[in-house]
Amino acid sequence: MSTDAVTPTPTAAAAVMVAQELTKEFGGLVAVNGVSFDVPRHGIVSLIGPNGAGKTTFFNMLTGLYKPTRGRILLGERDVTRSRPDIITGLGVARTFQNIRLFGAMTALENVMIGRHSRMKAGVFGSIVRTPKVRAEERAVRDRGRELLRYVGLREDTADSLASQLSYGDQRRVEIARALASDPQLLLLDEPTAGMNPQESDALTGFMRKLRDELSLTILLIEHDMKVVMGVSERVTVLDHGEKIAEGSPSEVRNDPRVIEAYLGKQT
Amino acid sequence: MSELRAQLQEWRDALPPWFSRALAAVLIVIGILLPIFFTPASGFLDATVKSIAYAIMALGLNIVVGFAGLLDLGYVAFYALGAYSVGWFGSAFFFKAKIHVLVASAISQDIGIHLNFILILIAAAIICAIAGVIIGLPTLRLRGDYIAIVTLAFGEIVAVLAVNGTSIHLGGGMTLTAGNLGISGVDQPWFPGIGSFTQLNLRPWYWLAFAILLVVLFVNVRLRDSRLGRAWVALREDEVAAVSMGIPLVRTKLLAYAIGASIGGLSGAFFGTYFTEVNAGQFAFGFSIFILAMVIVGGMGSVWGALLGGLLLGYINVYLIPDVLNNLPSKFGLNFSLTDVNYGIFGFLLLLVMILRPQGLLPERRRTLELTAEIAAQDAELTEPTV
Repeated sequence: MSTDAVTPTPTAAAAVMVAQELTKEFGGLVAVNGVSFDVPRHGIVSLIGPNGAGKTTFFNMLTGLYKPTRGRILLGERDVTRSRPDIITGLGVARTFQNIRLFGAMTALENVMIGRHSRMKAGVFGSIVRTPKVRAEERAVRDRGRELLRYVGLREDTADSLASQLSYGDQRRVEIARALASDPQLLLLDEPTAGMNPQESDALTGFMRKLRDELSLTILLIEHDMKVVMGVSERVTVLDHGEKIAEGSPSEVRNDPRVIEAYLGKQT
Repeated sequence: MSELRAQLQEWRDALPPWFSRALAAVLIVIGILLPIFFTPASGFLDATVKSIAYAIMALGLNIVVGFAGLLDLGYVAFYALGAYSVGWFGSAFFFKAKIHVLVASAISQDIGIHLNFILILIAAAIICAIAGVIIGLPTLRLRGDYIAIVTLAFGEIVAVLAVNGTSIHLGGGMTLTAGNLGISGVDQPWFPGIGSFTQLNLRPWYWLAFAILLVVLFVNVRLRDSRLGRAWVALREDEVAAVSMGIPLVRTKLLAYAIGASIGGLSGAFFGTYFTEVNAGQFAFGFSIFILAMVIVGGMGSVWGALLGGLLLGYINVYLIPDVLNNLPSKFGLNFSLTDVNYGIFGFLLLLVMILRPQGLLPERRRTLELTAEIAAQDAELTEPTV
């Protein structure tokens, strides 16, 4: 099942997140079927597979949007199988979406500030009275938000533009900044290069490495662009029809006959 | 049109930063001095007091409907509970009890529970906050229209409870409400150094309403610009993305219900004591719609819009139609008075606003955007999580 480099035991200190035998059924449809998977710390790992293979469903289970029908998810030592999405975010998992889901009527900066929500403490009364503590927190979050937007490469003057009025590439950047705002240890990127041209994809590949190294992040990636996947991933897991059909280094996976079959069809 | 708007924005940006504070101060001073220019028991002052109370209601509902985007059609419930707080804690209604806290010496020997009006306001806010959470819980998994139906039912339940409360016995011959007979002769507010309020001098009532309004406005503005306010907008725009960014759905929504409800309770308590009677007949479904209309006319999600909408519809309802224009039809030889058709008039006004200015009179920037087709389409596409 797994490669020799990584041990899939839940107690392995090297794994940030471990999924054990995850299954998700929608009525009679089995979207994900008994997939075990672990994400090594400081790694960049990819989840690939043809359309409808269950990748996003798998992501949604990891982030708590879907409750698995069977199986367990461990975040470090903690079982988060049935935890709410906001709790999981609080525990250090952040994500982006395949079809960008920014809050369109908020500015780029406000979007990033929303990402910081789980790390903020201001309550109802503090917000009404606006205590010095709340004031300081608000200012710090604003500054941090601008810093993050700069970090992901957004032009300074666009921070206060509405998210819906940003260019596609900038929207992708803001989404990553919003995810980073929660200080995650694990970042889940759902097709981050979708709709990007090759140059932009290349830049993003470099940026992912930079994120991992500078922010000591672990990155889990769903991706269709094979150039990106093969270029950046240390390990690739392939899903097809909800099942894991292969796992290993990019070169191993590339030459796996089952993977070739899944993507290109059976050779006759 | 857009050029004009850009020009206005430019002028606004050119204003010095202290300008808005100075403007607020001037408006508050005008607000405080206003009743001096009217005779103490004038009809206009009476209408103003009621309109301010309506505006407070609208500001409360605006938190639920405008900020958090939860369509609440049962807001009358909080009017009722606020008013009953006065009936319960500021009258002889619970005649077996004899509790007095900081009230006028004239009633200090009376039977019943008599609390100072400030304490009644606090009680009303707490009772309504709890009721708000109770109504919020079953709607958490619902969206849009379905929330409207559940809250509508809740409003009706409270109204029916108010009517039939005469059959709910609390022991000692006391009942929960007085139904359609009404709890009459409720205490008038009393403050040390000011004395008891009377219906002969409406100025103190005005200042009390104005003070509550200022507090509620302050709370609204502060919450809008806070962590919680942002979370409400995020949930309203995209629930899935919001919870994925770490916003606790249940807590955030329930806070909107609770805060909105407690503001409604403040206004309800004020109405209760101002009308000197708490009658189950007051709590009709139409009231919820009336307050919602204020929020919509003003501009959903906009604090100043809710204030304007509340005052405007309030004045039209309690001053313009019954006092000023009531005999208008007879001048044209028509045999009806304007109050007979006031629902029709409100319907017509609402329609006008919907056609000419669907975003409301003082729209909030975000709502305006959400109303444009582009974002609406995007939202529709994003409502369901993709598999």
